[in-house]
Order: sequence, then structure tokens, then C-alpha cells
Amino acid sequence: MQDIKAKVRAYIADNFIMGGDATFADGDSFIEQHVIDSTGFLELVMFLEETFGVVVSDAEMVPENLDSLDNIDAYVRRKRAA
Amino acid sequence: MNATATIAATLLHETFEQRARLVPDKTALIVGAERFTYAEIERRVNHLAAVLQQHGVRRGDRVTTFLDNGVDAVVAMYAILKCGGVLMPVNSLAKRDSLARLMNDARPSALITHAALRAEFEPALAKCASIRVCLVAGPPPKTPSTFVRSIPYPAPGTRIPEFVDPGTAAPDLAALIYTSGTTGEPKGVMHTHASMMAACRSVLAYLPMSADDVILCALPLTFSYGLYQVLLGFQLGATVLLERSFAFPVKVLDAMVRERVTVFPGVPTMFTMLTSIGGVEERDLGSLRIITNAAAALPEERVRRLRALFPAAQVYLMYGQTECKRVTYLAPEEVDRRPASVGRGMPYQEHWLVDDAGARLPHGSTGELVIRGAHVMRGYWEKPDDTRAKLRVDPATGDAVMYTGDIFRTDAEGFLYFVARKDDIIKSRGEKVSPREVENALYEMPGVLEVAVIGVPDDVLGQAVKAFVTLKPGVQCTERDVIKYCLSKLESYMAPKHVVFVDALPKTDNGKIKKTALA
Repeated sequence: MQDIKAKVRAYIADNFIMGGDATFADGDSFIEQHVIDSTGFLELVMFLEETFGVVVSDAEMVPENLDSLDNIDAYVRRKRAA
Repeated sequence: MNATATIAATLLHETFEQRARLVPDKTALIVGAERFTYAEIERRVNHLAAVLQQHGVRRGDRVTTFLDNGVDAVVAMYAILKCGGVLMPVNSLAKRDSLARLMNDARPSALITHAALRAEFEPALAKCASIRVCLVAGPPPKTPSTFVRSIPYPAPGTRIPEFVDPGTAAPDLAALIYTSGTTGEPKGVMHTHASMMAACRSVLAYLPMSADDVILCALPLTFSYGLYQVLLGFQLGATVLLERSFAFPVKVLDAMVRERVTVFPGVPTMFTMLTSIGGVEERDLGSLRIITNAAAALPEERVRRLRALFPAAQVYLMYGQTECKRVTYLAPEEVDRRPASVGRGMPYQEHWLVDDAGARLPHGSTGELVIRGAHVMRGYWEKPDDTRAKLRVDPATGDAVMYTGDIFRTDAEGFLYFVARKDDIIKSRGEKVSPREVENALYEMPGVLEVAVIGVPDDVLGQAVKAFVTLKPGVQCTERDVIKYCLSKLESYMAPKHVVFVDALPKTDNGKIKKTALA
């Protein structure tokens, strides 16, 4: 399912990059690469909840789950499987 | 014992150098999994200072830093000061145009930045003629830099050029800090070694910090509140734990527990996040003994929640401006009694309220706050008119005193209560409305997360009160509900005529609500 990464990448390109080049790799940290800032993560979480029907708890708001396309992909899959 | 007793420095960086000699092996800085001793930081500072000097940075030259919170930002700050330069920090969230605009205003001779920010700093450099050298930390670029005077950050172990003492004097500029722009055009606030040393002295005279403290700083070091965490921490010989941001509050909490953090300086946005996530009570945060709030007022409801969440910590509510660093603090023992007050003036300064004609007002009045003290800025960089409006001669002493542009009222004991920015007062139905008062009322309304109140033109009222509201998740609420709530709490002329619900309020890079972006 390449679907999750593609959807998130498209969302990020539309909402955060604002016309700049979205040349980050799937494993790149959004924070390190300045793709998303701290308020951006709150918006990203809302997007994930709406798009993939998952509920992100406060305790799950951590870089291991959210700070790269790879991490989001793995996290959303885990949540859906649960 | 006064922890600063062994330090007798005149220049800002000397406080750190002396401390590095006294406690070379102590951990000065923690960033993620990395720890740096005082000696290691000093070694890097000396190296970078020599490289900057080798590339032509001279006494009085501005040097821009465009870096995330991290060891590079800390080292750059002291290296710039050591070679006689003027630290000009720009928030790493800035985009190319605003970076270029700030650099063209300050005309720095060097830029210190990081490879991850290349997409922004390279286009900015193309527009900035003054930069002689650009030092880039981080991995070497995959494609050659478009800026020919880019050099990599000095690597450990490479030869350190000879360093000549620049002969810095106490009245020399130490920092040029651009104000965050909640109001109008950014202005460069000029601070000298002397004014910043004075600010440090005043803060340490009321904030009981010591060498034993572990300070968690998630504030950007480009912001004076963040910058001073390092300056004060290193002056004391304490340990500073730097976080890059507050994007993941759970991680910040984990770091607090892991490193047994004792001091946590924050801004209202951070405290809003901390008090709205779960899991705080389950953690052992017993080491935390000082919490400070500055940058914007913490609504009373948040003060109460914070006190409940961290019962062992002393909460200091503070008020300041970049132009003089800090003005007032509310002592922790007063917080439960007067949570709406920002307290009284910090040591070694004088302050008073004036009416529109400039006459001093007694306790119990409302007027503009005026400050006199050695911590006041020298002025705004190349903006003589703005400087004259802010720094005026006090007829009583002949000294330059600072007009804050902020309206306060005092109670009978002289405790200060913020009323409004002079420019923000809403005049509706011929009455003066303080946006702050309406905001405070709205923060008490169940379901409200954040609010901002402004005045908008109105044919009948002159100005109408307009509230922008974000709601907590899952809360349903109508414009009418909000207006009715305000009518039940405030005089009728203060209740908003318009209420707009938004997903998020616009913020400055320092996390302050940006009212100029609302209409």
C-alpha cells in the first residue's frame, strides 16, 4: 500500500511546502529538514485522523510515529491493524 | 550563597569563559543524546571565533545566525561575541524573503547557518551584498553552493587560526535582535554588553537559580527569552538542556524526567499544550522547582491549571520587552493571590506610570509604563525616529528612559496589571475596551482553547469588538453562545459584536498570537 505515503506527501506538498521543492526522502525527518514546524504537526494529525480514520492519542504524538513518511506509514498501518 | 559570586565579568562572553575555567568538566549543554562539557563548548567557541576573525569579522560587525536550537547555535553566539561581533539571530523558521530583508537591514559581514536550511539561505544570500563569508554546519552539499563565499563549519582537529583580542568595550553592541513583529515592521533592537550584563544581574537577583540547576529550554535561541536561558545558565555554571521545538510535548516531558530538569521557562502556547495533553500526572516531575512564563500573559485559568499540575514548582509570571529584556516579575508566593498581575519591577530598575501628558501617576492609576535602568536598549538599528519615540529624556534625571507603549494599572501596593498595548485599545461606543480583558473572560468559557480579540471598523460603534476563537476538540459552540457568555461576564460594551471560529490562530515564530494577521 504505497497509498498512505503518497497521500501524506501530497497533503504536505499542498499545505506546508507552498510551492517550494518537496524533495524530501521517505525517511527524512520533517523537523530536521524544515518541512513541518510545531503547529504543522497538529494539522498533520488532524489530516491523518480524517483521512485514515485513526485516532491519535496524546501519548502517540511522538517523532517515532509522525516525523517522516516512513514513520507515519508504519504507524497508520499499526493503528489500522489494531 | 550567591552562585555568581566567583564571576566578575564585564563582557557577556567572559561570564562563560570564566565559568569554563572553573568547571571545565561539568556538562554545560545537552542536545538530544549528546552532552557537551564547558571545556568542549569553549574549545569550539575559540575555534569558530578565530575562523570568523580570519575571514574578516571585526569589532562591531554584525554576524547573522540562522540555526535551529543546538550546539552550533550556542557556539556561534559566544564565538561572535568573542571576536567583537554583534550577534544577530534570525529564527530558523524564517523564509528566504524575510531573512534577506533582515540581513539587508543589518548588513552583516557573515552568516552562520546549517545545510538543512539551504533552500532558504541561498536565495537570501543572492540578495545580500554585505556577506563576506557564510559558514555552513551539517553535511556537505550534494550540489555546489550558489554562494561562492560559503565555507564548511570548522571541523574539530583542524588548525585553529591565530586569534587577536578585538579590544571590545562594555558599551559596544553585543546583539541586534529583531522584534518578533506582532506589530508592524521588524525593528533591530540594539543591546550592548553592558545592557545585557545589567539584564542578567537583575534577573539573577530575583530568580533563585544556581549551578545545580538543569534548565530545559525549548524556546528558540533567536528570541531574547531563549537566548538568556543559555546566557544565565552558563554564567551560573548550570546545565542547559536544549530542545529544538515544542512540536512533541510528550518528548519534552520525557526529557524533563530523564534529566531531572529543575527549571522550565515557557510561553503560554507551551503551557496550553502541556495542560491539555494527558499523562503529565503520571510522570515523576518532582525535580522541577521553577517554572517561568513570559512573552505573553498566561490566562488565569491556565495559571491555576499549571499550579495544579506542578504543585511542587514555583511559578514566576513575568513581563518584558526585547527592548529591555525584562521589566517585572510576580513572585511565586503572590501567584495564587494575584494571578492576573505581572508583579512588580525587577531589582536595579526604576519604573512608573505616566498619563498622556507624561506626568507621573500614583499607585492605583492606569497609564503607560516607563522604565529607567541599565538594561534598556541603546535604540533601534538605524531607526532614529522610532528610537526617539521609545527612548525619551526623563526631565527629573536627564537620563534616557524607555516608554514601553504598554498600558498598565497598578493596585494600591504597586502590583502591575497589563491593560493593553497602547495601539491595541479598542474604542467602541466611546468606551475604551482592553482586548486583554475580553480575552481573559473568554478563556474562562468552557470549551475555549485560544482567543484573540481585536477592534474592527464599525459605522455605528466607531470600532466593534471582534473575537477569534479556537475550540477544544469536539466542542460545539455558536457565535451567539460566545456573545451571551461575554454579556454575562463583562460590561455590555466589551462583549464582541463578531465572533469567528478558526482552526488555529496565526502565531509569530516565537509562538505569540499575531494579531496583525487577523481582521
